[in-house]
Amino acid sequence: MANMAQAIRMALHYGEKNLNLEHVFGEDVGPPLGGAFTVTQGLTKSWNSPLDERGIVGAAIGLAYANVRCVAEVQFCDYIYNTIDLLKIGGMSTWASNGDWPTPFTIMTIVGAGIRGSIYHSHSFDATMTHIPGFKIVMPSNSADAYGLMLACLKENNPTMYLAPKALLRVESEGLIPGEPANKKELKEMIDAPLGDRSKWKPRWPTGLEDATVEIGKGKIVREGEHVTLVTYGRHVLIARDVADKLKQEGISVEVIDLRTLWPYDWDMISNSILKTKRVIFVNEDTEVTNFGEHLLRRTIEEHFYTLHARPRLLAGAFVPGIGLADPLESASVPQASDIEKACREIVAERP
Amino acid sequence: MVKARNLEERLIRMYKQNDGYFWIGGPGEEAFNVPLGMMIKKGMGLDHDFLHLHYRSSAIMLAMGAEPIDSMRQMKNVAADPYSGGRNFANHYSKREWNVVPVTSTIETQYATAIGTGIGQTKKGCTGITIVNGGDAGTAEGEFASSLVWASRPDFNLPILMIVTNNQYGISTPACTQHGEKNVADRGTAFGIKNAVIDGNDVETSWFALKEAIDYVRTERKPFLLEARVSRLYGHSSASGANFVAGEDDCLVRFQNQLEKAGVLSRKEMDALHETYNTKMIEESKQVKQESMPSGDTIYDHIYYGQKGRYW
Repeated sequence: MANMAQAIRMALHYGEKNLNLEHVFGEDVGPPLGGAFTVTQGLTKSWNSPLDERGIVGAAIGLAYANVRCVAEVQFCDYIYNTIDLLKIGGMSTWASNGDWPTPFTIMTIVGAGIRGSIYHSHSFDATMTHIPGFKIVMPSNSADAYGLMLACLKENNPTMYLAPKALLRVESEGLIPGEPANKKELKEMIDAPLGDRSKWKPRWPTGLEDATVEIGKGKIVREGEHVTLVTYGRHVLIARDVADKLKQEGISVEVIDLRTLWPYDWDMISNSILKTKRVIFVNEDTEVTNFGEHLLRRTIEEHFYTLHARPRLLAGAFVPGIGLADPLESASVPQASDIEKACREIVAERP
Repeated sequence: MVKARNLEERLIRMYKQNDGYFWIGGPGEEAFNVPLGMMIKKGMGLDHDFLHLHYRSSAIMLAMGAEPIDSMRQMKNVAADPYSGGRNFANHYSKREWNVVPVTSTIETQYATAIGTGIGQTKKGCTGITIVNGGDAGTAEGEFASSLVWASRPDFNLPILMIVTNNQYGISTPACTQHGEKNVADRGTAFGIKNAVIDGNDVETSWFALKEAIDYVRTERKPFLLEARVSRLYGHSSASGANFVAGEDDCLVRFQNQLEKAGVLSRKEMDALHETYNTKMIEESKQVKQESMPSGDTIYDHIYYGQKGRYW
């Protein structure tokens, strides 16, 4: 199946053709590069912007005011922090105008560690972003969701923040996006720009791409389990899934929830799972202090305190200024499979 | 101009009478802002002008046809405030029907959002333009530089009129202590952006300069940077007292003298006009005082478009 970069690219193509997507822009987003991660190659509405994140986010908000649909990319979330006041405005305009203005725009930014990206290519943005009301925030863990969540963003009448985990952009998932050719080599030849001179290259888009929207606000149970619930998103879904598969062989049954939408999140799914397993661990890689998982912990305690059979836990990134480059530094900074496995073993062993 | 001045002075009185928590506005900018408001191609959507205003723009709104009582409603933060439903400060307008995007208290971010409507208006055949205004101090912010860069990209110029109303101060800080450039508008030259510096306290000068700039942007589909030297007659905001500042050039006094000298209006007629607005606005402010506050249970309304109540 398509890797995540190809899936997003096909979604944007679908948007250009069917969902009035008129502008896809950001640093290096247009030809010849088509995005630092090739996500925007071959699109007809993509163009390069100045190297100016404030201009990029401001332009997206303005296009929303003009009811012109766009996806604006900030190449790495590490560089989005100088746009915080504009993100606040983007998330606020409908509310500040007492409902007068819709603000349909999508910001896409690349997040997370996992590729040895050093201090300024490894940040996460979910903790900061979930502090900014007014957006709908999504983060896919596989290609089908990457495709479907982008379509959902393009249909929204509100600001959407699309967080793409950089470690997954080259990862192929199981299954096919409706309309995608089954042969991955064929897909690559159709929609991946060649190396070298691309001036005459044009993509051959799959003709049968369909609307496979993934509804915003709906999580997905990736592994069903009885003993403990793991709630996560992005690249840690894959890690949690592998841990669940390993522990299953030992008789420890782990339920893995891929949240998919960070805001507004699928509390019903989390809540029902906690009521079933009575044990929960929240996992993400953003820094642990005022982490989004802390909010989920708070809600768990307030609503399910007397149901829990073990203290709920949060596995998150260390509260350090950045992710160090050396292998041992990155591994010590963000949750690893071994950390998740250890936490699962401990929580199922804990008795009230 | 008289109506706009009366409104600002009424809003200041409301603040001082405890009928509002904060005042900020634009008394002293009427000679520039009224002509601007009269030249707007008013309406909704790309074929009309988009306005990314800052908080000294009441005279623009009134010249476009806004009702003074609605500004008083925002001052008193009543539920019927049509611009924000009691959520925002005075003079923080928002009116989708007229392409007036929500005014923010953040300085200069409007120059970044203006880029977006400007891009939208590059569409073939589009006749609307984008107009953004702000003060001189805010031009130190990055978003002002952003607008210069984005509006002047080769082969992708944007139809944006960038206005800087230069009152020589950032709150209490004189511009001359912070800015080495002689004119803010000079920065346009480096980007190939046509620009001008004018006496914004003079109605005729403002009228013709605005006409030239707007015609240029509308027909050439290119940016123009217009710096208008204006006065700040009641200081920065209520935070600095909102008291009349002696020694500032008052554009209304100047225009009235011109009109009287030219025999267009007599002093008596002008005084009568002032009194008419004053009386009307006193009555309107009394009415606003009787209107209801928004209910606390509405705080979750409109976080998303069309959504009401707590959603999570």
